[in-house]
Amino acid sequence: MNHIVMLLLASVSIPLALIGYLALGEGFLSRLAKNTAHRVRPWIWIAPALILLCVFLVYPTLSTALSSFKDATGDLFVGLANYKFIFTNPDTLASMKNNLLWLVFFTVGSVLFGLITAILADRVRYGGVVKTVMFMPMAISNVAAGVIWKFMYDYRPAGLPQTGTVNAVLSSVVPGFEPIAWLIQPATNNGALIFVGVWMVVGFCTVILSAGLRNISEEVLEAAKIDGATDWQTFRSITLPLLMPTVLVVATTMVINALKIFDIVYVMTNGNYNTDVIANQMYKQLFVTQHSGQASAIAIILLIAIAPVMVVNIRRYREQMGSAA
Amino acid sequence: MTSPRIIVRQAEKAKNNAKTRAVLSSIPLHVVLLVIASLWFIPALGLLVSSFRPPDAIANSGWWTALSGSFTLENYQNVLQHNDLGQAFLNSVLVTVPTTIMTLLIASITAFAFAWMKFAGRDLMFYIIVGLLVVPIQMTMVPVLKMFTSLGITGTFPAIWLAHTGYGLPFAIYLLRAFFSELLKEMLESAEIDGASPLVIFLRLVLPTSVSALASLGIFQFLWVWNDLLIALIYLGGQPSVAPLTVMVSNLVNQYGQGWQLLTAAAFLSMILPLMVFFSLQRYFVRGILAGSVKG
Repeated sequence: MNHIVMLLLASVSIPLALIGYLALGEGFLSRLAKNTAHRVRPWIWIAPALILLCVFLVYPTLSTALSSFKDATGDLFVGLANYKFIFTNPDTLASMKNNLLWLVFFTVGSVLFGLITAILADRVRYGGVVKTVMFMPMAISNVAAGVIWKFMYDYRPAGLPQTGTVNAVLSSVVPGFEPIAWLIQPATNNGALIFVGVWMVVGFCTVILSAGLRNISEEVLEAAKIDGATDWQTFRSITLPLLMPTVLVVATTMVINALKIFDIVYVMTNGNYNTDVIANQMYKQLFVTQHSGQASAIAIILLIAIAPVMVVNIRRYREQMGSAA
Repeated sequence: MTSPRIIVRQAEKAKNNAKTRAVLSSIPLHVVLLVIASLWFIPALGLLVSSFRPPDAIANSGWWTALSGSFTLENYQNVLQHNDLGQAFLNSVLVTVPTTIMTLLIASITAFAFAWMKFAGRDLMFYIIVGLLVVPIQMTMVPVLKMFTSLGITGTFPAIWLAHTGYGLPFAIYLLRAFFSELLKEMLESAEIDGASPLVIFLRLVLPTSVSALASLGIFQFLWVWNDLLIALIYLGGQPSVAPLTVMVSNLVNQYGQGWQLLTAAAFLSMILPLMVFFSLQRYFVRGILAGSVKG
C-alpha cells in the first residue's frame, strides 16, 4: 500500500516540480534585461541535467581515478600498488583473459548471427516472425536469460534422464554422447556463457544491420544481377563493403558490452570454474574484499579499454554534425 | 523451323526447371533460418512450460514431455507467497516508473535547450555528453555509494531514481536532441513560433509533436531500469522490502541452484511486464534503437 502511494506521489510530483521550476525560472528571467535573460535562460534549462550528470558521472569518474591510487579505505596514497596488484593477481589476470575471450567471440558471434538474420530473414515470407522471435530477448533481463540458459545447460550424470535441453538433444542425436556439465567444464563454460550473451543481443544487431541493408541502393544490386553476378558475389563485392560502416558501429557497441559484461556471469556461475570477468572482480573487491582502491583501479582499467571507442564516437558525431550543417 | 508451340513448351519447361532449382536452392535458407529461430525460441518456451509443471516432474523428466503430465499453478503461488516475489514486483515498478518519468522530462528540457538556444560552451558540453555515453557504471560506483552512505539514503527509492536518471541522461539527451533539432528546423517557418516564449514553444509545440520519440525513449529507459541488476544490487541491496525482481531472482538462483520449479516461475514473473511493453510497442522500440545506435 505504502508503495502505491509513493508511486502515485512520485509520478505526479516529479513533473509538477519540473514544470514549476521552469515557470519560476521564466518569472525570474522576465525581471532581467532582455539580453541578459537570453544569456541566462539556457543555463536554467540545462541545470537539472547538468547537476545530475556531474553528481553521478563526472565527479565520480574523477574521484575513482584518484582513489585508484589510494589504499583499501581511501585514506592513504599508495602509488601504483593497486595497479600492480591487478596485473599480478592470478584472479584478476584470469578475468582479463576471459574478458578477452568475450571481446573476440561475443563480438564476432553477435555480428555474425545478426548479419545472417538480417540478410536471410527478408528473403522468406515468415521473416517477420523470425525477427520478432530474435528480438524477444532484448525485452528481458540478463538475470532471466541466465535462468533460462542455466536450465538449458542443466546436467545429469549419464544414465539419469537428462532434463537439460542441450544434453538431451545431443544424447538423442549423437550416438554414444556423454552428457556435459557445460557451465563447469573448463573447455565449454566460457563458450556457454558467451553464447547466452550472443543470444541476448542478436536482435539489437539485426535491427541496425537490417536498416543498413535497406540503405543500400536497389539499383546497384540490380545492376550486379544483370551483369551476371551470383548472390554470393553480389554479397561479397557489393553488399558487404557498403555495409561495413554499419557493421563497425554494431561491432564497437558489442566490444563495449563485452568489456562491461557482468549479470550473465554473476547469475550463472558467479565467476566460479574460471569464468570470472573484470566487472565481477570489481564487485567482489568492493563488497567481499572491501578494498575501494583496488576496485577503483579495476574500473579505471575498464575505462581505459573503452576510451578508444569513446573517441571514435565523438569523432563520428562531429562528422555527422558537420555534414548536417 | 521450330513451331511457336514448341518454343512455348520449351520455355515452360525451362521455367519449371528454374522453379524447381529455386525451390531446391532455397532449402538451405529455410533450414538455417528455422534452426536459428528455434535456438532463440525453444529456451524461452522451455522456461514457460516448466514453470507450470509440478516439482517432481521437473526433476525427473524433460519439459518437452510435459504434455503427458499434469500442470499446476503451485510454483507461482509458492514464489509469490514464500519468496517475496510479489513485493519484489512492486519494488521493480516503484524503481522503474518514477525513473522513466524523471529521465524523460529532464532529458527533454535539456535536449530542447541544446537544440533551440545558443550559449557559450554548448558544443563542447554536448561532446562531453556523447563521451559520457560509454562510461562504465563501474567507474562511478565507489564514490556514489560513499555519497549515498554519508547522506544516509542508501537503500532508498529516491536515491536509486536519481542514480538511474543520472546514468540514463546522456543517451536520452543525445537521442532527443537529434530529434528536436530536425523538428525545430521544420517548425521555423510556422507563425506560431514567432515571438512565443521558449516555455510555450516547448510545451505547446515540441512535446506534442515528439510523442513517438518520447515513446521510443520511454520504452528504452523502462526496459533498461526494469532489467538492471548491478545498480539495484549496489544502491538498493538485497532487503526484500526494497529489492527489485532482478535482485530477488538472482538470490533465488544462489539459494536454490536446482529448484527449477521456483526459478522458472520467478524468472517468468520478472519477464511478463517487459514482454508486454515490448510486444505492444515494438515499432517504437526498433525506431529508438536506430536513432540511438551510438549507445554502448
